Amino acid sequence: MADASRAHPLAGRKVANSAVTLTPAEPAARLSLRARPDGIAALSKALGVKLPAAPKTSATSKSGARVALWLGPDEWLVIDTGGGDPAADCAKATALHSAVDISHRNTAIMVEGKGAEATLSAGCPQDLSRAVFPVGACSRTILGKIEVVVWRTGETAFRVECWRSFSTYAFDFLEEAARDAAIAA
Amino acid sequence: MTAAFRTTAAGRLKGAKPVSFSFDGASYQALEGDTLASALLANGVHLMGRSFKYHRPRGVLSAGAEEPNALVGIHRDAARKTPNVRATVQEVYDGLTAVSQNRWPSLAFDVGAVNDIASPMFSAGFYYKTFMWPKAAWKSIYEPTIRASAGLGVAPDRPDPDHYASRYAHCDVLVLGGGAAGLSAALAAAETGVRVIVADEQPAVGGALRFETGSAIDGAAGWDWAQATAARLAAMDNVRVLTRTTAFGYYAQNMVGLVERVSDHLADPGHDLPRERLWQVRAKRVILATGAIERHMVFDGNDKPGVMLASAARTYLNHFGVLVGKTIGVFTASDSAYAAAIDLKQAGAAIAAIVDLRDNPAGALIDRARALGIEILSGRTVVRASGNLRVASMTVRATSGGPERTIPVDALLMSAGWTPSVHLFSQSRGKVAFDTATRRFLPGDYAQDCVSVGACNGTDTLADTVKEAIAAGEKAAKAAGAGKAAALKLKAETSESWAGGMVGAAPGAGPDTSGKAFVDFQNDVTAKDIRLAVREGMRSIEHVKRFTTNGMATDQGKTSNIHGLAIAAEALGKEMPEVGLTTFRAPYTPVTFGALIGHAKGRLFDPTRRTAFHAQEEKLGAVFEDVGQWKRAWYYPRAGEDMHAAVNRECATVRKAAGIFDASTLGKIEVVGPDAAKFMELMYTNPWEKLEPGRCRYGIMLREDGFIYDDGVVGRLAADRFHVTTTTGGAARVMNHMEDYLQTEFPHLDVWLTSISEQWAVIAVQGPKSRDIIAPLVEGIDMSDAAMPHMSVREARICGAPTRLFRMSFTGERGFEINVPADYAAAVWDAVWAQGQKHGACAYGTEAMHVLRAEKGYIIVGQDTDGTVTPQDAGLDWAVGKKKTDFVGIRGLKRPDLVAKGRKQLVGLRTKDPKVVLEEGAQIVADPKQPIPMKMLGHVTSSYWSENCGRGIALGLVAGGFERMGQTLYVPMPDKVIEVEVVGQVFFDEKGERLHG
Amino acid sequence: MLLIHCPYCEEDRPELEFRNAGEAHIARPENIAEISDEEFAQFFFIRSNPKGLIYERWRHIHGCARFFNAVRDSVSDKFLMTYKAGEKRPAVKAGEKA
Ligand SMILES: [Zn+2]
Repeated sequence: MADASRAHPLAGRKVANSAVTLTPAEPAARLSLRARPDGIAALSKALGVKLPAAPKTSATSKSGARVALWLGPDEWLVIDTGGGDPAADCAKATALHSAVDISHRNTAIMVEGKGAEATLSAGCPQDLSRAVFPVGACSRTILGKIEVVVWRTGETAFRVECWRSFSTYAFDFLEEAARDAAIAA
Repeated sequence: MTAAFRTTAAGRLKGAKPVSFSFDGASYQALEGDTLASALLANGVHLMGRSFKYHRPRGVLSAGAEEPNALVGIHRDAARKTPNVRATVQEVYDGLTAVSQNRWPSLAFDVGAVNDIASPMFSAGFYYKTFMWPKAAWKSIYEPTIRASAGLGVAPDRPDPDHYASRYAHCDVLVLGGGAAGLSAALAAAETGVRVIVADEQPAVGGALRFETGSAIDGAAGWDWAQATAARLAAMDNVRVLTRTTAFGYYAQNMVGLVERVSDHLADPGHDLPRERLWQVRAKRVILATGAIERHMVFDGNDKPGVMLASAARTYLNHFGVLVGKTIGVFTASDSAYAAAIDLKQAGAAIAAIVDLRDNPAGALIDRARALGIEILSGRTVVRASGNLRVASMTVRATSGGPERTIPVDALLMSAGWTPSVHLFSQSRGKVAFDTATRRFLPGDYAQDCVSVGACNGTDTLADTVKEAIAAGEKAAKAAGAGKAAALKLKAETSESWAGGMVGAAPGAGPDTSGKAFVDFQNDVTAKDIRLAVREGMRSIEHVKRFTTNGMATDQGKTSNIHGLAIAAEALGKEMPEVGLTTFRAPYTPVTFGALIGHAKGRLFDPTRRTAFHAQEEKLGAVFEDVGQWKRAWYYPRAGEDMHAAVNRECATVRKAAGIFDASTLGKIEVVGPDAAKFMELMYTNPWEKLEPGRCRYGIMLREDGFIYDDGVVGRLAADRFHVTTTTGGAARVMNHMEDYLQTEFPHLDVWLTSISEQWAVIAVQGPKSRDIIAPLVEGIDMSDAAMPHMSVREARICGAPTRLFRMSFTGERGFEINVPADYAAAVWDAVWAQGQKHGACAYGTEAMHVLRAEKGYIIVGQDTDGTVTPQDAGLDWAVGKKKTDFVGIRGLKRPDLVAKGRKQLVGLRTKDPKVVLEEGAQIVADPKQPIPMKMLGHVTSSYWSENCGRGIALGLVAGGFERMGQTLYVPMPDKVIEVEVVGQVFFDEKGERLHG
Repeated sequence: MLLIHCPYCEEDRPELEFRNAGEAHIARPENIAEISDEEFAQFFFIRSNPKGLIYERWRHIHGCARFFNAVRDSVSDKFLMTYKAGEKRPAVKAGEKA
C-alpha cells in the first residue's frame, strides 16, 4: 500500500500585505522531549543538537534542519524540517528521557516581514522586541485566546507553533493582526 | 460662505478645507480641523443639548474631554449610530451627521423641560424617597416608567460593522499627556535612547498650549514648539507618538490601557482602518503629564448656553478662530480668565466686564486688561445669568451683598481656577494629598513606579513645568536602564498666569438663595442638592455622591467633584479632606465595548476546533453540534430523514453491520517513563502494574474527595509507556490534574506526561462487521480474536500510515478505534469508508453514540455523574483496586457520607409505557400524590429512544437505587405522571456477548 | 494584568500565561489512606484564606508549565516573591510587606 501523504490543516491559506506575510509551514517531524539535566549531553549527541539549558533559548543543528526549543526546565520541542526522524535518534540514547512524537499535534505558521512583530503583538502579551526576544528566542505563550509557541527565526521572522485544531483560529487571528500591522507599525 | 462667528484675527485653521455637516437636519459649513463644537459655535449655534434630569437647554462648557453638556449622537449610517459623543471631542468630517439627544419633539422646544418647572419635586434623593411606597407599584409602574425616561442617547440597534484592533506594547518610559510637560519629559527620556511612548487625547499634541498663546519654548511659539517636538519624537526609532489616544485606565504594575481613535474623524475610513485600537502598554516607568481642568463658577444660571469656561472660549478663538460671542462677560477668581478676555477683545469682541471675586486682583495680566479698557469689577460676584436658550445677561453685585446690576452679554466666561488631573495617579492606587494653601488635591504617596509633572502635579508656571518634566524624563530613563544621560535644556517664557482660584459656590449662591447653581451639569446636581444631602444626614462625600449623583455621570465629575466636596464641607463645617475625596476609577472617559473586545469578535470570538475528519463528515451531510469549542458530527441525515429517523437508522446499522464514528476529540495523554505504571496506580482507582503491554483497561480517576473526576480507556503500549484517553471535556483539566500531582506530590517518580490529543485522529469502527472492514487496510498484525482480543492495543500500519489500533468498544459491539497521525486522517477515513460501504456500514454521530452507550449502561462523566458520585454510586465498584494502598481519592472514598446508606445510585429506568421517553433532568419520586413540595429521590441523567430495544430507555441517580430493583417510581411532569420501574443499567445484550462475537 | 516572576523561566511574565492553583504548603499525607476524618478535613477542606500575606501555588501553564509557589499580599495583590516547588516556605518579614 502506498504511503499516505500529509494533509496540511491550513492548506491553501496565505496572507501577504505591505508589512507581513503569513505562510503555513511545511510539514515537519516534531518531538516533545523530556529529560533530567544528567541526560542532556547524551540526548544532545543523539539528536545532533545541543539541547539548550537557558530559558527562552533555542539551538539549531549544523545543517539547520533540526532545532531544539527550550520550553521548560526539562522540556524541549524538537522540530526537524529536513526529513529526519528525531524520535528514532532519541531511541538510541539510553539516558532517562521521554520522547513523544507530536509531528501532527502541532502545525506552524511563518510570520515574516517588517510588520511581523506588530502582528504577533496584537495577541501575545510578551515583549517581543529584539532586545528582549532576540533572534533564536522562543517561548510557549498566548496568542489571543490560544496557547502557542513563538520562535523568532530572524530579525523580522517568527515561527508560530500551535495545536492542529487551533490553527484556523491562529491563522485567522494573525490575518486580522497583519491587516492592522500594515496600518500601524 | 464663511460662518458668521469665524474670525480671521486668530486661529490655526486658516486655509483649511471647507467641509459641510449637519446638526438636527440643518446643514452647516465647517473647516477641516474643527470639532463639532467649534463648528457649531462658528455658525452661532450654542444650543447643543438638553440636560439629563431637567431637560434644561445646554451649550458647551468646555473645549475638551471633560465636557458634560454638549453630548450628541453621531450617525454615520444605519448601523453606525454612536450616542453621547462629546461635541468638543468629535472632529468634523465632510458629511458628518449629528443629532441632539434627550429632547422631544425638538431641541428648542422640549416637552420634557416640564421637569425643570416641576424641579422642586425632583430634588436630590427624590427617587429614593418617592418610590418607596406602595411597594407593589415599584415593579408595575415606577420601574418601567423610570427606565423608559432614563438613559441618555439611543443605543444602536444593529450589530457593529466596524472592526477594532488591539496591541500589546512595552516601553521603558510611558508619558501620558502631550502638553509642554509631557513633551519635555518625553524628549528628555527619548534622547537617552530608551523606548518611549507618548500619548495625547487630542488630534495634535500641545495641551494647554492650544489656547495659551502667551507661551514660548525654545524660542518658538508654544504650539509650534509642541508640533515640532512631536515630529522630532516621531522620527526617532525608539519613540512612538500616539495622538487621539486616551489613557483610560492605570492598572497594576504599570500597565496602562490606551484607546486610540483611528478613524472616527475620517469622512471615509475605508475597510482596512480599524475604528479604534486598544493599546495595553507595560511601562517600566510612567510619567503623568495630564494637566489640569478648569473649574466653572457655581451660580444661578451657570448652565445657560453661552456660559462656558474661559479656557474653552480661548481655545475656540486661538485654535479654531471662532468667537463665542460679540458681547462677552467674564466671571472669575483666577488670573487665567483675564488672558481670555484680552485675546477676545483683541480679536474684536466687546468685553462687557470682568467680574472678579477677588477684592484686589493684581498682576501683569490684570494691568493689560485694564490698559485695553476692559471694565474690571473686583470684589463682585455674578448672582445670576439670565436668558432662555442662550445667555442674555449677567447680574452682578458686591460679594458682600447690596444692589444688583444687570449687564447684557451673549457669552459669559467663567473660571474658578484649575483642578489638577489626578485621575490616573489615583487609579494607580496613589494617595492624593490636600494642599491647604491652594485648596487642591495633589499627588501624595505613590503606589507605582510613576511620577507626575506639570499642572497635574500642581506646578503652575511654564518654566517650572518644563524644568520638572525634563528632570523627570531623565530620571525615568535612567531608572529604566538608560545607558547614556541626556542633557536637554529648554528655555521657557510665558506671560500666562494661573494664579488665584476658589472652590465651592460663589457668593450669591449660598444656602439662603434660590435658583439653580449647577455643580454637576450632566446629572443636574445643584449646590442646593448637596446642601440637602448634608441636611438629610450624609456625612461622607461617598454618601453625598450617591444621594445626589454628583460626579456619577459619564464625565465622572471632572468639573464638579471639587466644588461638590467644598460645598458639602462647608455645610458640614469641616475641612475638605475630612469629608473625603471620591475614588477615581477607570475609564477616564467612556470606552467603547468594541475597543475592549478588539479582534475577539466573529470568527475570533472563541476558537472553533474541527477534527481532521471535518471535511469528510461535511461531505457525508453531517449536522454538527458544539461540544465545548469542538464541532462534532451529531448525526448524518439522509434524504427525507429527520434527526430521529437518522439516529434510529445509525443505531440499528451499528448493531446490524457496523458504524464509523469520529472519536478524535477525546483527550489523550502519553505517560512515559520507568515509573509510568506506578504513577498510573496513583492517578486511577484501578490496578495497572500487572496490565500486560498490548492490553487495555477502563480507568476511573477520582478527586481526592472520592468523587469521579474522569474516565477513559488506557492502553499499555510498553512497560514504560501508556496511552491514556480522557473525556472530551476533561482533556485539559485531566492533564493539569495529573501534572499537578506529578510535579508537586510525586516528583520522585521518573515519568513524564505529553498531550497527544491532537497527534492522533481517531476513527471508531463499531459493529459485527468492524474487523472485516478494517482488516484489509491494516498491515503487520494478526487481528484474530485470539491474537487481538477485546481490550487490546497494537501498533501497526494502516493505509501506509502508522496506527495505534485499539480493540475496544463504547457500543457493546465488537469494535476498534483506529488512532492515526492527524495529517493522514482524511486519507484513512476515505479508505475505511470505502471498505465500510462494502459491508453496509454507515457513519454515525454523537447522538447515536450516546444512545448506543446508554443501551449498554456505559456512563458519561459529567452527564450521569455530577461531581458528587463515587464509583460505588455509579455501579463501578469493580474498577476500584481493593488491594491498593494508595491512589488519589482512596481516603475520600471512606468518608462517612460516602459509605452511608441511601446514597443516590445510578440505575436503569424502564417506563411502563415503552413509547414514553423520559426527560433528562426530570425528578423522581416514590409517591406522586404526596403534597408539594415532594420528596425527591433523584433525577433522570440520560434518556433516549432506543430503536434497538424498541422502547424508551433511561439512566437515573436514585436514592438507595440498587436496593429498589423492580420498584415502581414516578416521574411527575407538568401534564402527567410517568410510571417507571427501577432496573439494572444494561438494556441491551446484558451478558456482553456481542463484544466478542 | 499582573506580571509574575516565574522562578523557572527566570523572568517576569504576563499573568495571562499563569493559573492560580490554591494555597501552598499543604502536603498530601504519605499515609493518606489511614488518616482520620478530622485529619482529612484539615488536609482537603480547610484553607487559611488570610487577609495579607498568603502562600499560594501558581502554574506557568502557558509558559514552562511548571508549578511553583508565591508569597503574595492578598490586600494589595502584590507578589513579594516566587520560588520553586519543593523549596521551603520562606520567612517573609513584616517589613517586606507590600
Ligand atoms: Zn515559567
